[in-house]
Amino acid sequence: MINSLLRYIFAFILIILVQVLILDNIQFSRYAVPFLYILFLLILPFETPGWLLLILAFFLGLTVDLFEHTYGIHTAATVFAAWLRPGVLKLFSPRDGYMSNTRPGISDYGVGWFLKYSATIIFVHHFFLFYFEVFSFHHFFSTLWRVIVSSAFTLLLVVLSQFFVHKPRNE
Amino acid sequence: MRNLLNLIYKYHFFLLFILLEGIATSMGIRYNLYQKAGFVAFTENISAFFNESISSFSDYFNLVETNRKLSLENTILKNQLQRVYRSDELFFFGENDTVHRQKYFFTSARVISNTVTRMHNYLSLDKGSDQGIQPEMGVVCSEGIVGVTNGVTRNYTSVLSVINLNFHVSAKLKKNNYFGTISWDGSDYRTVILNEIPYHVNVAKGDTIVTSGYSAIFPEGIPVGTVEEASVENGSFYRIKVKLFTDFRHLTYVDVIRNLQKEEQKKLQSHD
Repeated sequence: MINSLLRYIFAFILIILVQVLILDNIQFSRYAVPFLYILFLLILPFETPGWLLLILAFFLGLTVDLFEHTYGIHTAATVFAAWLRPGVLKLFSPRDGYMSNTRPGISDYGVGWFLKYSATIIFVHHFFLFYFEVFSFHHFFSTLWRVIVSSAFTLLLVVLSQFFVHKPRNE
Repeated sequence: MRNLLNLIYKYHFFLLFILLEGIATSMGIRYNLYQKAGFVAFTENISAFFNESISSFSDYFNLVETNRKLSLENTILKNQLQRVYRSDELFFFGENDTVHRQKYFFTSARVISNTVTRMHNYLSLDKGSDQGIQPEMGVVCSEGIVGVTNGVTRNYTSVLSVINLNFHVSAKLKKNNYFGTISWDGSDYRTVILNEIPYHVNVAKGDTIVTSGYSAIFPEGIPVGTVEEASVENGSFYRIKVKLFTDFRHLTYVDVIRNLQKEEQKKLQSHD
């Protein structure tokens, strides 16, 4: 219990650092802006109670906002994505539900399931984020294009991260 | 009462969502509508610490480009100095001269973080209030205009970049002094939009745009860019696409401009 709690705290810090120190400094196109930090929301255990999910999302977004100088924009998008997560999990749940002692990841539920699940959350998050950032529907299609390209980029990084993390079996 | 508690318990997920989303959205809306300089200053301390260490590392990659620009600027300054000697006009008027007061004071600063891909782009500088920087001072580089300081802590400053949706500055056509407002439309970090130039004015591709000096933030004549495309949209004003002189991807050193007569100018202008 303590062990897994520590692991999530470590993951939180690591993901934030990767986002702030590496990804925010790459900037190779204004269309492809990855927001990998949403990964933290994706990998939380299935059993995470709803209130905890929302509060964690709030602080996750707030932390990113601090570094991006965009007060409340990332927070709002992340809380919104967290609110939808239980529904998305239910929508894509396997026939006999989620087993205990499993985590939302490729190693437990396969690539197909993981892609569907994370693509939905990432798209919702990025959609909310980019439109809230522009704060108007003036450039509707150019913003939509940014949402799609950036979501694909983030999804790619999220999937890669799945192969990057060593997973201890059966705890 | 019990029923109410039950109800809250039953819908606690949704109610908590509404509460947190409400807080975040109101923060975001307020941020979109006004500049929150105070909050910027607060968070600048935290993020500047990280950014400075990255920047000291990434500076090495820009050395060649920075050297080239510095030597170019040196040449330009030397030329100006030569002129000053010859005309014998400006050289002796320092700050203590009571007839010709020095109006602007430049402070060099290093850029420690910078974004170009967002809708609200900011820079951070490694100097702050201890070095005399205050909010609402102009920032320029050797090529042209960069932005306006907005949040200042003791040793760091955050700068609202020209390529930020909230940025506006008064600018004019260099050749005939017609002035308008520069703003960014969020589409490309190399171009900004100049509005409010009446359509009867002769505007040609390649015309130079400079700051007008009406705002007390920038001196007159700071280069902004060149006209790339001018079109008349709904009514009697041009919408001019301006190609910026400043390359926002390669900013390393900038100058912060302190207007020594800013208070005086603002006081006078606030009467109308």
